[in-house]
Amino acid sequence: MGTPRSYQTQAIIIKQTRLGEADKILTIYTPEFGKLKAVAKGTCRPRSKFGGNVEPLTHSLMMLARGRNLDIVTQSQTIDGFLTLKSDLWRMACGFYLLELVDSFTVESSENPPLFDLLLDTLHRLCRADSSEIVLRYFELHFLHYLGYRPQLHQCVICDSPFQPVVNFFSSSQGGILCPHCSEKEPESRPLSVDALKILRLWQDCDYATTKRVRVKAELSSQLKHVVQGYIKYLLQREIKSVAWLEQLKGS
Amino acid sequence: MVISCEPLARLIEAFNKLPGIGPKSAQRLAYYLLHRPDEEAEVLAEAILALKEKIGLCSVCFNITDCDPCPICQDKERDHSKICVVERPSDIPPLERTGKYKGVYHVLHGAVSPTQGIGPEELKAKELLSRLQDGSVTEVILATNPNLEGETTAMYLRRMILPLGICITRLARGLPFGADLEYADDMTLAQALEGRQEF
Repeated sequence: MGTPRSYQTQAIIIKQTRLGEADKILTIYTPEFGKLKAVAKGTCRPRSKFGGNVEPLTHSLMMLARGRNLDIVTQSQTIDGFLTLKSDLWRMACGFYLLELVDSFTVESSENPPLFDLLLDTLHRLCRADSSEIVLRYFELHFLHYLGYRPQLHQCVICDSPFQPVVNFFSSSQGGILCPHCSEKEPESRPLSVDALKILRLWQDCDYATTKRVRVKAELSSQLKHVVQGYIKYLLQREIKSVAWLEQLKGS
Repeated sequence: MVISCEPLARLIEAFNKLPGIGPKSAQRLAYYLLHRPDEEAEVLAEAILALKEKIGLCSVCFNITDCDPCPICQDKERDHSKICVVERPSDIPPLERTGKYKGVYHVLHGAVSPTQGIGPEELKAKELLSRLQDGSVTEVILATNPNLEGETTAMYLRRMILPLGICITRLARGLPFGADLEYADDMTLAQALEGRQEF
């Protein structure tokens, strides 16, 4: 028996690009097939049956037909349009950042169901009144874990020695923490206070409910953001473009 | 197919660069022109040259125009206290066709797109804010597209214009004429309900 000609899947729409006069190529993230690209025909027409059902930052139930090159979206029904998120400039910017991370780090047709769940849960969390900084850091650390880039935060990456309660260092190229002695070999590593390391470990090891109960001071939060985003930038070998927008909104 | 005739090959190559024109269509267009009278080719060539030579941006609203300021900005009959902000010059003709709007426009030339690295600095947003400084404008209509980038742009502009105390409005969103309610998405339906009017 051959593969069925059409299939149904949940999807979070990551990106849209125009195709010809009225069609769009959607980049979607699905639990069963990972990232996929599919054509949504006639989306740009006002009377399109898709309309807002295929806008980025939407969780939809989709029916797709297998195509020669790209699959074709035949039906799409919104499960959650994340309206609270879309009506706030800052939360929407956070949403754009999540989508860009997922799009940049994943390859097509490589399924990763926990990653889908993490993205979906994070979008729901952004809709609630939780601190968006903690939501983003929690997402980043767990996202890296599901992709196989989990940073080592429990012993020195080079000499394996357990950490002393002193200022240690984070090395993006080594993928984790270095003790003060080993950090001398890695001039690019960033100093990390005892508190900062404890918070990073908590975010990495605990569930979200525990994580959000711990209040983090603004200064510490900013230090941790630079460490985690520096690591992401190192892995990707380029900037995440939406970070500039987040910074701009924070500054204005 | 190798085209040995150089001018023909150049024209095919030029057509091939246009959006939606593949190599076969480019060849068909080039051969079509080859068999048409000389005058027809001249008119086409002149129109293309004039497009690049004569058309520029209006220094007030940044719409495309062949005179500066553009006819809309020069029109004394229009209400200059209302500015309708659109993403592209191509958004103006449909609004004009409605015949319902008698104010002036401001073209942003794009929308904020964080994932593509397009921020407000790449748009004509600063120019819009400086247009609003003299206090003569009473209403700004945000007519950016009802998608994520358009919404982001509108929300950002609202944040920047709000301190100036000018009335900010957004084009109503709801169901397009001839649409099917069952296919409408949540956001459109929610906004259609919010913006319902007495009938």
